[in-house]
Amino acid sequence: MAVSTPPRRASRAPTEPGSARPPGRGRGLLARATLLLAVPAVVVLVVFFVVPALRLLWLSVTTPEPGLGNYTAILTDEVSLTVVLRTLGMAAIVTVVCLLVAYPYAYLMTIVSGRWRAVLLAVVLIPFWTSLMARTFAWVVLLQDNGLVNTVLGAVGIGPLRMLGTTAGVTVAMAQVMLPFVVLPVYTTMRGIDRKLVDAALSLGARPVAAFRQVYLPLSFPGVAAGATLVMVLSLGFYVTPSLVGSPQQSMLAQFISVQVNQLVNFGAAGALAVALLVVTLVLLGGVALLTRTRGTRSSAGAGVAGGLV
Amino acid sequence: MPETPTGASIRAEALTKVFKGAPAPAVDAVDLHVRPGEFMTLLGPSGSGKTTTLNMIAGFEAVTSGRILLDDTDIARLPPHRRDLGMVFQSYALFPHMTAAENVAFPLRQRKVAKPEAARRVREALELVHLDAHGDRLPSQLSGGQQQRVALARAFVFAPRAMLLDEPLGALDKKLRESLQLEIARLHSELGITFVFVTHDQEEALALSDRIAVFRDGRIEQVGTPAELYETPVSRFVATFLGDSTVFSGTLRGGLLDTGSAHLRAAGPDGACALVVRPERMHLGAEGENTLSATVTDVVYQGAFRRVLVAFDAGGTGQVRDTGTTPVQAGDRVEVGWAAEAGVVVADTPGAAAAQSLDDPVPA
Repeated sequence: MAVSTPPRRASRAPTEPGSARPPGRGRGLLARATLLLAVPAVVVLVVFFVVPALRLLWLSVTTPEPGLGNYTAILTDEVSLTVVLRTLGMAAIVTVVCLLVAYPYAYLMTIVSGRWRAVLLAVVLIPFWTSLMARTFAWVVLLQDNGLVNTVLGAVGIGPLRMLGTTAGVTVAMAQVMLPFVVLPVYTTMRGIDRKLVDAALSLGARPVAAFRQVYLPLSFPGVAAGATLVMVLSLGFYVTPSLVGSPQQSMLAQFISVQVNQLVNFGAAGALAVALLVVTLVLLGGVALLTRTRGTRSSAGAGVAGGLV
Repeated sequence: MPETPTGASIRAEALTKVFKGAPAPAVDAVDLHVRPGEFMTLLGPSGSGKTTTLNMIAGFEAVTSGRILLDDTDIARLPPHRRDLGMVFQSYALFPHMTAAENVAFPLRQRKVAKPEAARRVREALELVHLDAHGDRLPSQLSGGQQQRVALARAFVFAPRAMLLDEPLGALDKKLRESLQLEIARLHSELGITFVFVTHDQEEALALSDRIAVFRDGRIEQVGTPAELYETPVSRFVATFLGDSTVFSGTLRGGLLDTGSAHLRAAGPDGACALVVRPERMHLGAEGENTLSATVTDVVYQGAFRRVLVAFDAGGTGQVRDTGTTPVQAGDRVEVGWAAEAGVVVADTPGAAAAQSLDDPVPA
């Protein structure tokens, strides 16, 4: 897990890098003409993403002095190392929490009637369509020492618990924000699983738990992998929610980078951290792609889902 | 596979299934006795309750009331994994993430059969369905027929008390269906265990079964050997569902059936009834106690014979199997004759209309 090497990229959610790449196999005039369709996207990406990114990379090896000082600093400076590890840990915890909540939820969606399915889907999607800021501030209000959550907890004799500014609070808020990214791919995969397979397993003598573990769970794995990857990757670079709900003492990588830039004006260190974040993300994606590919040769159908989303 | 080739008897007693919100029971107090080692087919149109009955035997569908005895134990409330019945599905239901051999090994794995023993039985089961060379393939790498043979092997490898087959040939094309029919018949005789087979295909039922239970509207209309059902159906529904036939309805009095426009000789008790005559018992020509004038509406060449469809002058349509040397053509005027004992008098069940949709020419 503890991958912390060189560095880059701030919290900027889905700007699919791959989408800009044109199909580019055809030789004909038409094929060449279709390449032109990609031009606007490529221009936007190059001007607003590639150039700044490369500049940041450049700064990370040139300021304050030329060399890899910024990178070695990440590995040697206790603060940045802690932040990197904390970010990985938080992302992992949020991913696990999301999976634990989303998996049964998605399963429920596959077994209820059409009307209830629509309701369950809306419950997941309506927050998804609501502004991230609005949702995050809602969590700030809810998690306050005398907020709604503590009032409810108090009513059942627990607390008050300190949640705002704690890892627990950040985990809850982040998991809620990330939930749709797991529910949707897991649900899509589950919907494609033939219910008869579970019946078959039972009739062949499998106890319900064994039927789930040996048949249903492996078949739903592609959705789980896709959802987990999305949450993990998005969590690594998450800025808004951790900085509003969490505390500066418990800051995550994106916040740390922001402090380097906005308060310390240390572009070199920020660049190095950003590159580190990018590398961690890519390693993660590569690992998942490898995992789903080896499994994909065995479970023909759904494995592509993960690959597609990755 | 069959260490001890024994099949269990299956006895359904007043078996009933009512789905929530449904106006009528899907299965309505069905009594059925499947003898040990027997090949019993549940035959009927869709929605007749045959699949629901099978699902209740398998344990996939909760029983509303009634009992299911496997030998002497009531299994009606036992979960499916404790019933020890081998199930084969129309959709194969092979586990897509396991190879053919792993699929077949699945029930043995659940029963904690030792590895070498399991490997041997998997190999034997695959040999029995001629797929020993394909054990390491994934289901997606096998044809439909091969997949269903793997599913069969998976269902009998653990020597279940009985095999339950839910339209196992329904998803296959005609040619494969026929070869797999033979395969299933062979497996039944080699394994010696009880088979309960669900189908809506009457030819399949006639070809495979020791006995057939004809389902209609959640009830069993008749149980009997294929010959019994074909020769002596108890109702118009059974007669028209199994095989082609010409049916006249009317009132029988003193051996004479009054259809309203004709009088036909037939043996049976007095009262309203239907007279069923199979196409091979009718002929073109005026011989026989009964003759009716008709116009040929269609001739279907079948090689050894011709299927001649006719419209009777007295009303209604019929079907004659013609083996004569002088072919008739559509539009020809003909006489259709048959012997009095060639017809079977049956109850004129109203549900016969449902069977008409199965393209049997049934006159009103």
